[in-house]
Amino acid sequence: MNQLDFPILSLMMGLPMLAAIICLFLNAQAARWLALVTTLVLFVLGAVLWANYDIGGPQWQYVERAELFGNFAWALGIDGISMMLIMLTVFLMPICIGASWESIQTRVGEYMAAFLFMEVLMIGVFAAQDIFLFYILFEAGLIPMYLIIGIWGGANRIYASYKFFLYTLLGSVVMLIAMLWMVQDAGTSDIPTLLNYDFAPEAQTWLWLAFFASFAVKMPMWPVHTWLPDAHVQAPTAGSVILAGVLLKMGGYGFLRFSLPMFPEASEQFIWLIFGLSMVAVVYTSLVALVQQDMKKLIAYSSVAHMAIVTLGLFAFNRQGIEGSIIVMLSHGLVSAALFLCVGVIYDRLHTREIDRYGGLAINMPKYAILFLLFTMASIGLPGTSGFVGEFLSLIGLYKVNSWVTLVATTGIILGAGYMLYLYRRVAFGELVHEDVKAMPDLSAREMALLAPIAAAVMWMGVYPESFMAPIRGDVGALVARIDRAAPEGDAHFKMGEAKPAIKDEAHGEAH
Amino acid sequence: MNLASSLWLVSPEVFLSVSSLILLLVAAWSQEKAARLITILAVAALFGASTLLMALSHNPDFKGGADAFDGLYRMDAFGSSAKLLIYLAAILSLIVAPRFFQDGGKYRSEYPVLILFATIGMGMMVSATDMMTLYIGLELNSLSAYVLASFIRTDIRSSEAGLKYFVLGALASGMLLFGISLVYGFAGSTSFAVIGEALTGDLATGPLIGLVLVLSGLAFKISAVPFHMWTPDVYEGAPTPVSAFFASAPKVAAVALTARVIIDAFGGQTSAWQQIIVFVALASIILGAVAAIGQQNIKRLLAYSSINNVGFLLIGLATGTAAGISAMLFYLAIYVAMTLGSFICVLEMRDKDGKPLESLSSLAGLSQTRPGLAAAFAVFMFSLAGIPPLFGFWGKFLVFDAAVAAGMLPLAVIGIAASVIGAFYYIKVVKIIYFDDPADEIVKTGHKAENILIALLALFVSPLGYLMIPFIAPITATAAAALF
Repeated sequence: MNQLDFPILSLMMGLPMLAAIICLFLNAQAARWLALVTTLVLFVLGAVLWANYDIGGPQWQYVERAELFGNFAWALGIDGISMMLIMLTVFLMPICIGASWESIQTRVGEYMAAFLFMEVLMIGVFAAQDIFLFYILFEAGLIPMYLIIGIWGGANRIYASYKFFLYTLLGSVVMLIAMLWMVQDAGTSDIPTLLNYDFAPEAQTWLWLAFFASFAVKMPMWPVHTWLPDAHVQAPTAGSVILAGVLLKMGGYGFLRFSLPMFPEASEQFIWLIFGLSMVAVVYTSLVALVQQDMKKLIAYSSVAHMAIVTLGLFAFNRQGIEGSIIVMLSHGLVSAALFLCVGVIYDRLHTREIDRYGGLAINMPKYAILFLLFTMASIGLPGTSGFVGEFLSLIGLYKVNSWVTLVATTGIILGAGYMLYLYRRVAFGELVHEDVKAMPDLSAREMALLAPIAAAVMWMGVYPESFMAPIRGDVGALVARIDRAAPEGDAHFKMGEAKPAIKDEAHGEAH
Repeated sequence: MNLASSLWLVSPEVFLSVSSLILLLVAAWSQEKAARLITILAVAALFGASTLLMALSHNPDFKGGADAFDGLYRMDAFGSSAKLLIYLAAILSLIVAPRFFQDGGKYRSEYPVLILFATIGMGMMVSATDMMTLYIGLELNSLSAYVLASFIRTDIRSSEAGLKYFVLGALASGMLLFGISLVYGFAGSTSFAVIGEALTGDLATGPLIGLVLVLSGLAFKISAVPFHMWTPDVYEGAPTPVSAFFASAPKVAAVALTARVIIDAFGGQTSAWQQIIVFVALASIILGAVAAIGQQNIKRLLAYSSINNVGFLLIGLATGTAAGISAMLFYLAIYVAMTLGSFICVLEMRDKDGKPLESLSSLAGLSQTRPGLAAAFAVFMFSLAGIPPLFGFWGKFLVFDAAVAAGMLPLAVIGIAASVIGAFYYIKVVKIIYFDDPADEIVKTGHKAENILIALLALFVSPLGYLMIPFIAPITATAAAALF
């Protein structure tokens, strides 16, 4: 069956499902503990997954398959890329539960159930090996997230939850039609088989667009990103964490798993679209972020900019670009999650996210200021943090393809430094002018326990990225080999000097 | 085929007819005292008919179907599976009825008998292979339905619903009859098989108008746009158990009947009916979705939801392939579960005095006052919207799969895009239930039978339903194959 002789992926989905159902019937404190214990157990299982992952072994590992549903199968299995994203999920989930420990006081059982259900779906999306199973789990995420935003969200939560739900649903439905067509054309819904099936180039165009509609909304890419700031601002802290940390990665994962390998020709054909939208996103959303008054909104816009770097790297069609994009996804998952937690920490104390209401936090909250600074730097992409590795690699990859696009994309890093440092200056530096801010206590042990692991992971990824690159290397290699036939020609050629006339040789010859 | 074997083939109908006539006599003599007993007996009769049906369809002699009464009636897998669904839906509507009427003191023993009559009519409809059988079945069902709609005589809304249903229903029957007479005039027979043989090649104007009129009459019965206008009014005015019944069993019968007419009688004229069905399907999906947005009454909303769902059912039919019909039948089964579940949830909506509540706003905050009911309601709403992982998604999945297989990509794309509009009002209901502050109106009724039914139906449309696919899919596939 697999290296553990045990359906570990099914267990990782079944366990939180069971816990979610039990949570519905528990009182607040019991539900919190059950959720925390379950997510920690899942983290341990994730570690087992990683520890037993055979780097350089078969592409698909931990494979399991049960023909349960007639038209499609309960087929799970992971490659290195899926595994890293599952690790990200199981790593962030206990932190989400911890972040909601005190701030959520109403309907706790239902809240924990929604999060645990969310975890089932996220693991399932990254592990699904059947295209319809993938779609079902991908779409199902709308329900718990809709409830999380709508029940436990901020003042304008109804609008945000509707927008989130309908936007993402509209994006995804056409993808279903494309999948139906693909499965009929290829005669199988098995993802590994479809990955190597060559669709006719003219069909690829339409299929690619259908998938693009879904993943571009999920990612989100400019100009369909507008649901994201609303959803982030209104969602409770843990909701934002999971949204920015994992849900956005589903879009990138979709491009990586479906669009690129299944439709390489179409991907090349639409490279201008991806590059164009991403360039606009990098510059425009960075500028928008610069003028935000709401901290969560600022980070939400910065997410759009970072995700644009991901799409640019993915569609560079080369190893550096794709590996870089995956690292950016992982890094952004950690860093933006941490930044939302940082916002949550001071929001819990003052109940406002307005930047101007703060200032001088470095004086009375030094521990907080240090961690916040670390994550700010990681978001900017300071060498030594995870942000640098990913952005650097994806920009290198992109440079091989198009130096002008790279030029524009790189301004995103400068602008990113601009808005993040500006945010940090206004929140942490300066004088403590507000009385209520003066009274804010520094991080509690619980908050420290939430942020410290992320800080450690960010530094680890920044200093020794090999741990994270090793599992994905083989899979990126396979992907690059698959799409190589459509890879665009780069514009940055070294100009070869004119071949010198071989006078010397002739002279030499004559001499003999 | 002699009379005995014909009677054996129609035994479910015969059994139901005899039992309902006996029950009618019992009802006449015992007045209202025995209403409850008669309901129980009616449920038993339906179970008996289902048993006969199962015996018939598993009888090796009739494998592949058999004609009764010289081709007026056909017993085959298609009719049997539709009938089974109809019986189940009728049983559920009967179980929840007494309590609804009891609180107002208006329950009478005619109710179960009328439901039985309607069920016999529906059984005739799905097995009809002749325009005459079709019409008799349809009218038997419709006449019972008119009376059922106005069952609470003292309630002006109920009487209005019945009258409106009757007048418009009569008009539709007229159109249907006129269409039948035209088709008969040109084909020379009322038998589906003969009509199918006669109408080949280019269709002349006369039979074309006949075809259009027949389809219009049938579209009225399945409440497809543009013949849907009666639906919201009737569903709103009729007593809630009756609305639940209307939204489930007759829909199954009429959709199955339409499928048989289209495939058997007009199978050679695909290009003629296909564009009509495609238009009606898309119009129903879009109008059902858009018009539901502004509704404040939950029963009206569910009426538009049924119009919307009929649109998706018709996409399966529009393909005209076995896969499409099979998808349509599967969708019907899921649809019946979702709709009956929603209506039973509505039955549970009562205030302190036991008065039924129907406005959407009275659902506010249900998740805090009655979490179990709220969860079930949300499951039905998400399922009706076709959001995975709920089972309602699977119905849509199958019809779109059939449409894609038949090469009708634009239909599939428009249909699925329009489903997003529909999603809006379903999630609005969820919003009212989950996000709004409690209105404190709905109280616990603690009716065991209703609660058990809601739980069972919710379990069926929950993701657990996917485990049923390997069991239901072969049945619908065989049923669809029986038509071709």
